Amino acid sequence: MTSTSSVSIKHLDLSFGAVEVLKDLNLEIANGEFLVLLGASGCGKSTLLNCIAGLLDVTGGQIHIKGENVTWAEPSERGIGMVFQSYALYPQMSVEGNLSFGLKNAKLPKDEIKKRVQRAAEVLQMEDLLKRKPAALSGGQRQRVAIGRALVRDVDVFLFDEPLSNLDAKLRADLRVEIKRLHQQLHNTMIYVTHDQVEAMTLADRIAIMKDGLIQQLASPSEIYNKPANKYVADFIGSPSMNFFLGAVNTDGAPTFETAGQTIPLTGYEFVSSPAAGNAWMGIRPEHIVVGEAAEASDFKIDTSVEIVEPMGSDTVVWCEVMGERIRIRIDGQSSVEPGDTLRIGFDAARLSLFEKTTESRI
Amino acid sequence: MQNKYNLEGPQGTKPRKRLSGTNIMLYGTLLVVAFYYLLPLYVMVTTSLKGMPEIRAGNIFDLPVDITFEPWVKAWSTACTGLNCDGLSRGFWNSVSILVPSVALSIAIASVNGYALANWKFKGSEVFFTILIFGAFIPYQVMLYPIVILLREVGLMGSLWGLVVVHTIFGMPILTLLFRNYFTSLPDELFKAARVDGAGFWGIYFQVMLPMSLPIFVVAMIIQVTGIWNDFLFGVIYTKPDIYPMTVQLNNIVNSVQGVKEYNVNMAATLLTGLVPLIIYFASGKLFVRGIAAGAVKG
Ligand SMILES: Nc1ncnc2c1ncn2[C@@H]1O[C@H](COP(=O)(O)OP(=O)(O)OP(=O)(O)O)[C@@H](O)[C@H]1O
Ligand SMILES: [Mg+2]
Repeated sequence: MTSTSSVSIKHLDLSFGAVEVLKDLNLEIANGEFLVLLGASGCGKSTLLNCIAGLLDVTGGQIHIKGENVTWAEPSERGIGMVFQSYALYPQMSVEGNLSFGLKNAKLPKDEIKKRVQRAAEVLQMEDLLKRKPAALSGGQRQRVAIGRALVRDVDVFLFDEPLSNLDAKLRADLRVEIKRLHQQLHNTMIYVTHDQVEAMTLADRIAIMKDGLIQQLASPSEIYNKPANKYVADFIGSPSMNFFLGAVNTDGAPTFETAGQTIPLTGYEFVSSPAAGNAWMGIRPEHIVVGEAAEASDFKIDTSVEIVEPMGSDTVVWCEVMGERIRIRIDGQSSVEPGDTLRIGFDAARLSLFEKTTESRI
Repeated sequence: MQNKYNLEGPQGTKPRKRLSGTNIMLYGTLLVVAFYYLLPLYVMVTTSLKGMPEIRAGNIFDLPVDITFEPWVKAWSTACTGLNCDGLSRGFWNSVSILVPSVALSIAIASVNGYALANWKFKGSEVFFTILIFGAFIPYQVMLYPIVILLREVGLMGSLWGLVVVHTIFGMPILTLLFRNYFTSLPDELFKAARVDGAGFWGIYFQVMLPMSLPIFVVAMIIQVTGIWNDFLFGVIYTKPDIYPMTVQLNNIVNSVQGVKEYNVNMAATLLTGLVPLIIYFASGKLFVRGIAAGAVKG
């Protein structure tokens, strides 16, 4: 187990005084894996990252990096590099000084330092910036220097704490691709904290969704998207977010879901275990609701009237009321729908997500 | 102004009335206050440039008729200060040799204190800080005699270094507070980044924190230079006559009871004594303001 895992976190607890931020957290991250920590603000993502980096003393549990127990080790001894949200460049040092600071502290020979700085500058395309001070750089360039500072240390594990959140949308998209390229080039383990779903879905090998210091689901992006483990995850991932209906699963004969007088067939839905009757939430993503001919071919179809139309260019979000719930539907951006129109919608049982009513976990 | 776009009504920069009631009040008050503070200075400067006969004539607001620098020379080199008659020059050099080590030592220690309290939270650091700040509110008078005993015990009573130690200790609470607040205002992630980069306590202090802290060091220096230079009480209590600081000597000149009162010499001596803080102030006034703001708002 430990031989293949790069970072392994065992029963980690962390509290600030009386506030328990992380509770019995377990996490195994494989060699070369890109793990994204995703969660609402204040759920403990940065705290977890700081624990891994050794910037916070843990209250309980262990942290192993590369098979070594580093729970009590200094940050610099852990074989990690960290990139901060605010860049945290040393303002009085040139870019070169920033890159080489850690290497000088590690007492590396001069020519080795030079070589590594040169290589990092090449990888990040900033050779001509080396003599500048951080104040004379743009936001994107600063963030690249911050990444470079982690890069030169030749570490096994990279920690990113929302590295792109200070940048504008365009630059963010560019640097996102750059980070992905970097990962494909270096094959380091990367742990990446973000708020941004798109970043999470595009970058991650696996995503860990956190809430209140607990990991709700740890799975590949497609599994998180298609088979969310509970209602929180289902609601958190996807934009616009999933539509929910409260009702009951009926297992007399073929399983069905009953809500607001409608019966939705569940044949084709993959139950986690054998279907059990009881109150439940039914979730369906806006982009999995179809209209027109496709609706006719669906397992379940119904007429609604359109309330609000939000054209976004590539697609259009339509708000309407169905079975007592106001829902969102994502349709093609070129279709002409007006408020007040009657729209026939439909969806397949295989696309649904069902959650038990009280525990809110997937059934 | 040409109205390029044919717009009607108010447009562009709002015109300001120069002679509005508020402005008259504002500048009037400022002028009165400035006058109030500058008048004594004016009297001092003019008096110090007059000869005694002119002073005896009694018109203290008149400009000097015969400008003479005699009083300044006398104040600096020949005025009698109690035992010896070599003017303020001795006191000046005494003050300098008290000032330099006191300022350097107190700022060095306080900045490290502040840095440790801001960034290296250790067990009990908050308590330590509270106690230190509390120290700032204990009146000096309470501690005068205990310090005499302490200095006597360690054999520093009456010596220059004894006074340096006293100044360093009394400067500690306020300076530590100043530095701690400044270092707390610096971004936390910078400190974390330096730790990941393997820098230790001193490495981070010297290579990351110090280069960012020039303004606050200037503020601390101004506070200490003015405070220590103007100190009279500690100087007179903890030192001996031959190493009295300038302020004590000034007092001896001005309050000497023998002979006639030489007002011009007294004025010159006072101006000479006040010169050092004044120069520091003018030289670093900009940095001072910037440093205060930097400490208060954000780094
Ligand atoms: N020094 C501290 N003392 C007390 N509580 C703290 C401290 N630092 C963080 N917390 C609390 O711990 C919780 C987790 O904080 P953390 O910074 O890890 O959140 P986060 O998931 O990174 O949020 P964000 O996405 O906003 O950065 C928060 O509720 C926060 O209030
Ligand atoms: Mg955070």
